[in-house]
Amino acid sequence: MAVTADKPLLEVRHLRVEFPTRRGTLLALDDVSFEIAPGEVLGVVGESGAGKSLTGASIIGLLEPPGRVAGGEIVFDGRRIDHLSHDQMRAIRGREIGAIFQDPLTSLNPLYTVGRQLVETIQTHRPVSAQEARARAIRLLQDTGIPAAEARIDHYPHQFSGGMRQRVVIALALAAEPRLIVADEPTTALDVSIQAQIIALLKRLCREHGAAVMLVTHDMGVIAETCDRVAVMYAGRIVEIGPVHDVIHAPAHPYTAGLMGSIPAMDQERERLQQIEGAMPRLNAIPPGCAFNPRCPKAEDRCRRERPDLAAAGATRAACWLAASPPGDGR
Amino acid sequence: MLAFVLRRLLQAIVVMLTVAFLAFMLFQHVGDPVTSLLGQDATQEQKDRLRQELGLDQPFPVQFAAFVGNAVKGEFGISMRQGRKVSSLIADRFPATFELALVAALMALLIGIPLGVYAALKRGRFGAQLAMAVSLLGVSLPTFLIGILLILVFSVFLGWLPSFGRGDTVQIGSWSTGLLSADGLQHLILPALTLAVFQLALIMRLVRAEMLEVLRTDYIKFARARGLQDRAVYFGHALKNTLVPVITITGLQLGGLIAFAIVTETVFQWPGMGLLFIQAVQFADVPVMAAYLCLIALIFVLINLAVDLLYFAVDPRLRIERTT
Amino acid sequence: MSTPAAAPGAWARFLDSDVWFSFRTSPVAMVAAVIAFVCVFCAVFAPWVAPHNPFDLAKLELGDGRLPPAWMDEGRLRYLLGTDDQGRDILSALMYGARISLFVGLASVLLSVVVGVSLGLLSGFVGGRLDAFLMRVCDVMLSFPPILVALLIDGVGRAMFPDAHEALAFGVLIFAISLTGWVPYARTVRGSTMVERNKEYVQAARVIGVSPRRIMLRHVLPNVLGPVLVLATIQVGQAILTEATLSFLGVGVPPTAPSLGTLIRIGNDFLFSGEWWITIFPGLMLLLIALSVNLLGDWLRDAINPRLR
Repeated sequence: MAVTADKPLLEVRHLRVEFPTRRGTLLALDDVSFEIAPGEVLGVVGESGAGKSLTGASIIGLLEPPGRVAGGEIVFDGRRIDHLSHDQMRAIRGREIGAIFQDPLTSLNPLYTVGRQLVETIQTHRPVSAQEARARAIRLLQDTGIPAAEARIDHYPHQFSGGMRQRVVIALALAAEPRLIVADEPTTALDVSIQAQIIALLKRLCREHGAAVMLVTHDMGVIAETCDRVAVMYAGRIVEIGPVHDVIHAPAHPYTAGLMGSIPAMDQERERLQQIEGAMPRLNAIPPGCAFNPRCPKAEDRCRRERPDLAAAGATRAACWLAASPPGDGR
Repeated sequence: MLAFVLRRLLQAIVVMLTVAFLAFMLFQHVGDPVTSLLGQDATQEQKDRLRQELGLDQPFPVQFAAFVGNAVKGEFGISMRQGRKVSSLIADRFPATFELALVAALMALLIGIPLGVYAALKRGRFGAQLAMAVSLLGVSLPTFLIGILLILVFSVFLGWLPSFGRGDTVQIGSWSTGLLSADGLQHLILPALTLAVFQLALIMRLVRAEMLEVLRTDYIKFARARGLQDRAVYFGHALKNTLVPVITITGLQLGGLIAFAIVTETVFQWPGMGLLFIQAVQFADVPVMAAYLCLIALIFVLINLAVDLLYFAVDPRLRIERTT
Repeated sequence: MSTPAAAPGAWARFLDSDVWFSFRTSPVAMVAAVIAFVCVFCAVFAPWVAPHNPFDLAKLELGDGRLPPAWMDEGRLRYLLGTDDQGRDILSALMYGARISLFVGLASVLLSVVVGVSLGLLSGFVGGRLDAFLMRVCDVMLSFPPILVALLIDGVGRAMFPDAHEALAFGVLIFAISLTGWVPYARTVRGSTMVERNKEYVQAARVIGVSPRRIMLRHVLPNVLGPVLVLATIQVGQAILTEATLSFLGVGVPPTAPSLGTLIRIGNDFLFSGEWWITIFPGLMLLLIALSVNLLGDWLRDAINPRLR
């Protein structure tokens, strides 16, 4: 699905996020750079602890202290947003950038009706009357596929099932018509049977509202179904980024290849699942050079000494010395 | 919900019966019940006759039933020490304790809750840390010491406020109130403050702790992610979620004020039920002790019930059935 | 070809632990610990540390009565904090009084812990109706303020044994105070026991035939020690305050062994004639002990809480 090559909606350049602890400062995100075009769906995939959620939190400005942005830039629609004041950031949240979190049960305030939470969000960002806001809220609920929206708008969160609640959450996130949604594992807490529905809903609604999506997940299946491009993260860095089809079927980075190999596939004859030896290093024990080198079957000397940057590698860009495009293309 | 109320009522009755049983045991085995009822100066003949009348030779359950029957009517016999009917003694003293407890409760709530919210929102700032330090002092100082210190400062050194008794009271029917006269109010200030300090400190710390917990939840994070105003996030969402558990715990605590008043009344010689009870304990005046016990139990049970109902009214998760 | 380093001993591990680090970097905790230590030291070693023995009637000089603290006019260095109407040195009386207060406080907390932990283990492990009953009892007990419970027990004890021997009076008092504090331990331990009880290794052990008591002692108990320790620290402060209150009211320790509460009560009578030191200094001592213990308890709770690290 081709995306027009406009100015990117979101640019993240060399983002660094630190966590000062009593045993020294941990670098949780190390030189992360990527872009999201308007209306595009970018997947961010990786193991637990790779830094996916932190990236999302930094973008929306909700990094939990003591974590802090220690370097780099986040540029939204041409404007730097990484060091804005509290009030300036608040004006952007909801209206320009929205967020969806993992657990729909804890994302909604149990003491207020769904309608009140919707109306409040709408009225915060737009000068409309209470009736108009309520009408919009009902429409939003209907859009997200909640039956009998007019009655259910006055229900409390605990009266909805898990999947329904996540629909409400999506409605809330879209209520002020943001242009980018950061969705952090939106289906992980849901039943498998409902996951597909919710993901499809998210994709459709965002397309209808013209919102781009940064979809953070550890589930490659979801990525394959939904995203235009995908970024693979490892130990706080992006190791590969490119169009979904290319990353999945022709991965350039050994880690990505390992990930793809470990996914069971119906159409292939395989006796055992491929496994990547070892485990992702902890933040205080990241090896020098390429972070993946201890587990990489093709690691060479250079990999252990120098850290590779993202460079063109076939149809994608990968941070790997061995995957770089063959010499002769202007290096 | 009806089932819930019925169950709580049943529990309440069980508690009351247990307490009545304890009080009854007190009567039977501590001191002589007949003497308790007739006073010290009765003749042996009177005692024997009363023993028969009272059915003290009856089997145990019958006696207990009679005791409960009397207790429900408020009849506990005659105070061994003062020679008057226990019920009238208590009725005399009740307004004093009640007003003291009420004013103290109001002070604790109206100062404690806002301070707790402030300490949570402005965490780390000097004012908040000062408030927390003072609250620590409040729970580390025993009530009687607070009373003594207040008396020292405001009565002995400054001479601004009285430290003894209730002052002028106005009689409204059978209720004597100190709230309607300037002198009465002046006398009320130091004791009420003393009684309130501990509760105030507790409430403040509780509100702060609860609010900090709430501020860490996902729904607050989501509210912020939706760009809601700070005012809406803190006072619309966080505060309401904080107060729901706090108000119920606080309700139970404040019920204890009636009993905590014992110490305050002693320090300030406040003519309330607490002082009466202390004197009863010192003199082993069993009827008064038993009556006080039952009354306190009743108050507690009522407050417990009220708090449970309050919880029901405020938390929709209890009110409305899940419809998944 | 390297020899592995010897595994660090328990002391070394403690020094490297988060708890010790939290202590080292918390000035409040350190100050509180120092104050608590000094108070406890003075209290425990009062007979050797105190400048006088205020209960030795032979040594008292009535002429030295009602002297203000040493830094005021008419004060004397010999009686650093002044004297009461009988010529007893306030500083020494403080230390002896603290001794009694600490003794009662610690003894009652110990009793509370033993009773509470045992009941909690029992309730959590056996479950069923016993558990339900015990929890109801806990609920009822919790809603009664500690003062009232202590007063009642004390009053009943007084009525039943009017000519009590001093040791018995202490026993009744300690029992009364301990009764006000056992519930939190029971609840905490019960909760942990129920969690552990359902774990597979416990069920496996039962199948093999390991006695339930062994299971509880070896596996549940270590898990619960942390919260119990925090609770106990805070409760020592409360127990001391409860005892002080009871003694102040005249229904606490026997008059032959005055605690800080008794001293405050005695001193209260002199408040209006201006001899404030007789009541204030014991009060300050009480405050110092309670405050430092509370601070330590607060710090300990934060240090052990894994979420706050």
